[in-house]
Amino acid sequence: MGVVKEFLKGLRVTGGTMLRTISGEELVTTEYPKEMRPKPQRFHGRHVLNRYPDGMEKCIGCELCAGACPADCIYVRGMDNDPENPTSPGERFGFVYEINMLRCIFCALCVEACPTEAITMTHLFEMSTTSRQDAIYTRETLLMDEKGEVPHMFPDDELADMDELLTADGWVRATAPSGVAAYEGVQMWQGTPGPANWEPEPTQAERDVRTQAKEEGDG
Amino acid sequence: MSWPEFGIVVFRVLATFVLLMVVTLLNVWAERKIVADMQSRLGPTRAGPWGILQTLADGLKLFFKESVIPRKVELGMYLLAPFLAVIPAFLIFMMVPWGKPFMIGDYEVALQGADLNVGLLFILAMSSMAVYAVVLAGWSSGSKYPLLGGVRATAQAISYEAAMGLAMVAVVVFTATQGDGGTLSMAEIVERQTGTWGDISPVLSFVPRWNLFPQIAAFIIFMIAIVAETNRAPFDLVEAEQEIVGGFHTEYSGMRFAMFFLAEYINIFSMSAIAATLFLGGWSGPTFESFLPGFISGLLPIFYFLAKTYAIVFLFFWLRATLPRLRYDQLMTLGWKRLIPAALAWIVVSTVVIGFRQFGAPWS
Repeated sequence: MGVVKEFLKGLRVTGGTMLRTISGEELVTTEYPKEMRPKPQRFHGRHVLNRYPDGMEKCIGCELCAGACPADCIYVRGMDNDPENPTSPGERFGFVYEINMLRCIFCALCVEACPTEAITMTHLFEMSTTSRQDAIYTRETLLMDEKGEVPHMFPDDELADMDELLTADGWVRATAPSGVAAYEGVQMWQGTPGPANWEPEPTQAERDVRTQAKEEGDG
Repeated sequence: MSWPEFGIVVFRVLATFVLLMVVTLLNVWAERKIVADMQSRLGPTRAGPWGILQTLADGLKLFFKESVIPRKVELGMYLLAPFLAVIPAFLIFMMVPWGKPFMIGDYEVALQGADLNVGLLFILAMSSMAVYAVVLAGWSSGSKYPLLGGVRATAQAISYEAAMGLAMVAVVVFTATQGDGGTLSMAEIVERQTGTWGDISPVLSFVPRWNLFPQIAAFIIFMIAIVAETNRAPFDLVEAEQEIVGGFHTEYSGMRFAMFFLAEYINIFSMSAIAATLFLGGWSGPTFESFLPGFISGLLPIFYFLAKTYAIVFLFFWLRATLPRLRYDQLMTLGWKRLIPAALAWIVVSTVVIGFRQFGAPWS
């Protein structure tokens, strides 16, 4: 009779799972285009070229991003600013800026390399195209306009979520509280239109309390 | 045969056929949904509401696909095998009464493909025919995995059909005591299960007069045997993907494969329907004719039949999601050393008890 007992035990497992799945308790699948899961704060998505609040471009055409890129997908050419009507506050600006999204590995080393925080990443990752040419993002697509709005390659696409395009990945935060103690609670990297004016990250002490509460809740 | 009678026959066959096709399409979808739920997945969601048209889409796709014929097949048998699988599957269901007969004018319309007086024997014969399809498909494919699948099918079918037939014998012997003489007609077997066990004892007057209760052991043996007979998990050695690719249907593609697939799901439904008919009283059940409108109490038997059948079909799906496949020797052990002796012993016990009840003790 041991066999029968084990048999019923097995039926109970699958039957129980079925009931829990129907009630939604154990269902882990999200039907992606219909419902989007919230992305992690530091998600690496599409790049964007930022501006200062006065409308000046942050990129100074130094080509450090291109040098840092392990996939060799960034192409930048700098050009001297017109002294009367400068494009960027520096000496030069990036007048050609291309990223080949087919080669990009979304490592954000360009973001780390940038001395002026001109290039950052957003949360948008729905970037599929139907031609290789469309996958090469040029300055026109990458650069935000003076109001801080970022152009999208296919704005009519149903997956083009403009909010995600305006959510910065926040690499700067990675260097904040847990990095240097002196910067705890300090709002980092402000003055950018669009993805700007973040709240400071919680301090280490606050986060410890939160982690503890969560662990107790789980246990 | 007069024209109205001819029309009724055509209607019976067509209605049974349509019912079978519709429930089979739904069953494939239902299995995918239910097994998905048991594995914390969603299952098909794209085609139609809740993915209910998924089977239709798959069927259409298979219909338009190329049916590849490998070079080394035995062509005649290879082409014949899918039909040998589908035709018996349809014929088996033709024997099952799926609703209460009703009258149109002077003519009686039975909701059943055909009421043979040897219905049960015909079912046994046709389910044996279905095995030929698997064996011939395996052999004629001219390839090693289908051959192994076919060989397994032979052994499995012989061992489990014996148990299935013996379980049926117990039911038939018991049914003979329930009315005027013995019968093998499915309609008659259902007819004899209407009502309750109230005549045995007033306590039982709410228990339906199903064969399930006096023949519980036969029911369990029959259930195990039909799972093996339809080549379903955990007895799906014939088409064990992990061991022998697809088994007998490895070399089939396109519509020919779809016919095997269709036959499998038709067999699940018709075997469940037969189990429901033999043990759970088929379409019988309270129809409340005194206070329900006529057409509702006319449709209720169909509902009872489908509810009972689907309870068993669900068990098929549940087993598939739960149990791992048996090893070959375990399959044989279960068949020959457990089920057949158990079925034989049950026939002896059952007939002795029936004999005592009918004729009294021999020494009295």
